[in-house]
Amino acid sequence: MRLVTAGVPISLGRAVVGIVSTHPVAATERGKRILVTHNLDGTDLTGYRGILTTADKSAARFHVPVVHKVREIDHLLDGYIVALEPTTGFVRTVYRPDSEHNILFATERCNSNCLMCSQPPQDRDDADGLTARNLELIELLDPPPNYLCITGGEPTLLGQRLLTLIAALRDKLPSTTVHMLSNGRLFAWPEFTQAFAEVGHPSFSIGIPLYSDLATAHDYVVQARGAFDQTIMGLHQLARWGQRIEIRVVLHALTTRRLAQLAEFIYRNLTFVDHIALMGLETIGYTPRNLDRLWIDPKDYQAELLDAVEILRLRGMNVSIYNHQLCVLDRSLWKFAKKSISDWKNIYLDECNGCGMRDHCGGFFQWATKLHSAHIHAIHC
Amino acid sequence: MARQFFSPEAYGTKISTYQLLPFRFTRLNGREILVNECGEFLFAPVGTVESLVGRKLDTTSDLYASLRSRQFVTDHSSSAHLDLLATKYRTKHEFLLGSTKLHIFVVTLKCDHSCLYCQVSRQTAEHDEYDMSYRTAEKSVDLMMGSPSEEVTLELQGGESLLAFEKVKFIVGLAKEKAAGLGKNLQIVLTTNLANVNDEILDFLKKESILVSTSLDGPAYIHNANRPRPGNNSHEITVQNIDRCRAVLGQDRVSALMTTTRLSLQHPIEIIDEYVRLGFHSVFLRPISPYGFAIRTAKKIGYETDAFLEFYKKGLAHILELNRNGYFISEVYTKILLTKILTPHGTGYVDLQSPAGAGFNVLIYNYDGDVYVSDESRMLAEMGDTTFRIGNVHRHSRRELFKGEPFVSLMDAYCNQSLPGCSDCAFQSYCGSDPIFNYATQGDPVGHRATSAFCKRNMEVIKHIFGLLAEGDPVTLRILWGWLTNRDQKEMSEELPA
Repeated sequence: MRLVTAGVPISLGRAVVGIVSTHPVAATERGKRILVTHNLDGTDLTGYRGILTTADKSAARFHVPVVHKVREIDHLLDGYIVALEPTTGFVRTVYRPDSEHNILFATERCNSNCLMCSQPPQDRDDADGLTARNLELIELLDPPPNYLCITGGEPTLLGQRLLTLIAALRDKLPSTTVHMLSNGRLFAWPEFTQAFAEVGHPSFSIGIPLYSDLATAHDYVVQARGAFDQTIMGLHQLARWGQRIEIRVVLHALTTRRLAQLAEFIYRNLTFVDHIALMGLETIGYTPRNLDRLWIDPKDYQAELLDAVEILRLRGMNVSIYNHQLCVLDRSLWKFAKKSISDWKNIYLDECNGCGMRDHCGGFFQWATKLHSAHIHAIHC
Repeated sequence: MARQFFSPEAYGTKISTYQLLPFRFTRLNGREILVNECGEFLFAPVGTVESLVGRKLDTTSDLYASLRSRQFVTDHSSSAHLDLLATKYRTKHEFLLGSTKLHIFVVTLKCDHSCLYCQVSRQTAEHDEYDMSYRTAEKSVDLMMGSPSEEVTLELQGGESLLAFEKVKFIVGLAKEKAAGLGKNLQIVLTTNLANVNDEILDFLKKESILVSTSLDGPAYIHNANRPRPGNNSHEITVQNIDRCRAVLGQDRVSALMTTTRLSLQHPIEIIDEYVRLGFHSVFLRPISPYGFAIRTAKKIGYETDAFLEFYKKGLAHILELNRNGYFISEVYTKILLTKILTPHGTGYVDLQSPAGAGFNVLIYNYDGDVYVSDESRMLAEMGDTTFRIGNVHRHSRRELFKGEPFVSLMDAYCNQSLPGCSDCAFQSYCGSDPIFNYATQGDPVGHRATSAFCKRNMEVIKHIFGLLAEGDPVTLRILWGWLTNRDQKEMSEELPA
């Protein structure tokens, strides 16, 4: 699925966020719209928030922001929200009303450097620009989505700007459930967590990864010394303020060996968490570079996975398995498997043709074509 | 600047030195069991503690990793584990927060039963001489509501509480009014043999949302033998009135307790089956207290402890079998210990705590205004020994009760952490201190563990439970965890891996 394209900006002084319209609309409705068209000739452009066109308009002058010579616009449907970037001319799809997997991308920066990061961090300060874009996006969401995910990078690096963002969600989209993916480290600071909790969003949860019951192993996976201590303290600070918390464990060669001990550790020390997600590895981002330390065929950790799920469920903890294919998952674990892969990166393989469980199976990340379990097969019911 | 990746060694995998955290240990079934301050345990090969203490343990081993993860040792790789240990210690001892929560009122000594094990010298008099006076009731409620706890439980007992129903009504009304004024959550339990229940009483119990706790010792031939009354029909009346209470108050508003007598010891299966027959989902295999009329037989306790343990083990096996076959029923004492062993939480059970629950977590307000630290200490007083009477509602404030000599003199024996024989016991974190039991059976509150029936019983029960856990039968584990999470085997199989 295409989520980004690019063209050449004209009279685009700053980033513009607007709602795609593939047909001209009445003058009164143009203020939030970005007209997307192959052919501008004869169209009145007055009042649009921006214009996207595949045509070459180098010779023309405009009084509205325009990106022309856009490589591809057919993926942009009415109601999509796009962000037009000055200088680069990138056109990013930032919201699709027909998807349940929309995100607010907070920042590309991160204070960890996980070996298997699917979205490797960038060391540049993008926080102000992205915050402005996200605040504008929130203004445009009508009707409100059921669900939004704040992700990055590490959203808490936004500091006060994160609180502004969540306050905007609270005020403009009170009915939208928000999940935020964070490494939890900055919540170790009690003042920050208190301020965060005091925003008082009515339906907010945080997904925080924990990779081991041991600081050394966790810190190695996230490539940050002291991260375990901060995350654990962060989790306790969040619990102190009654925040809803999900623990996320990405399963790979470094995390599966002591998975049962991690499950017991979570129950004993983090009893307050609402959900534990045991997640398959994404082979994108940093993962290919670290494959020799990370890769284990999911078939080969089924015993550990079964143990961990039994331990957590015995204790009444909520647990789900994400990003796994039913044909490699122990059958007794099927009921914990969720179709968790975002629609835009979700595929099935040729091996899945004729599989009787395909409709119930979460399938693959699109990058799994290169590497996946050696045991993928169609299930004949 | 491009980011790079570092090796595991960069994150402190080389451990050159470690510090021990407080833990205790023993040998059990060919292995060592280590238990830390918060009740986390680890089975390990024999010799583990010696090499751990001698700093000879391989710090790259899985065993070391688990000892670190469960907070038996700490090293430079993390500071969070110490904070976690502190948090868990506080969680385990949450029962101390707010001080006294359970307040037992002896509304009358009158009783129509003459039970063999009765802990009170019951009175058959018709007049009100042995009822709590209105003035004493007022003072007692005042004292109760002076407890800092936001959650308070009022338990009304006797004698037979319903033989003083007017007093019961008065106390309930007063307690509710005061609790509302103070913003306290009040739960009310009525302990009764149910023999005198009528429609007026049931309406009252329903209107006031009062829980009913009654006595049921098993099938008729055991119950009636243990609990004589005129007509010898206690069982019939109790069973009838349990049904009647349930119909009016709701199935889960009535609970039953059994006491194990010498006769009961022969019939664990029959007693449990009677609880199942009557639709109960828990049973408390409760030993007889060495008080009241039973104390005269104290010299036989050693024998009785063995016999009780056999009864308990047979009973528990039967209860597990019932659960296996689809009937949800838990054994209360096992569940209390499992909570201590397997979960991060403590329990509110006052008879197995350290510091002892007596006084801190429970107070007894006698009909005559005297205040005791437990029902057992009241019984001692009825037999002429007022050692554990800590004051009187008419003469003492809450502060005076707790600062007075009778209570303060008990303090030395309140914490099993400092009792000889307990201070280095592997099971200290799961057990408690019972200075009144020690005093009653051995003559002083500190007591002597080697000959203590309390110690022997708890040691054996805890070892038995660890035996079940170590055996690790998956169905047994699901049953035990089902008790802790209130799920039956059908729910467990739906919610757990197939």
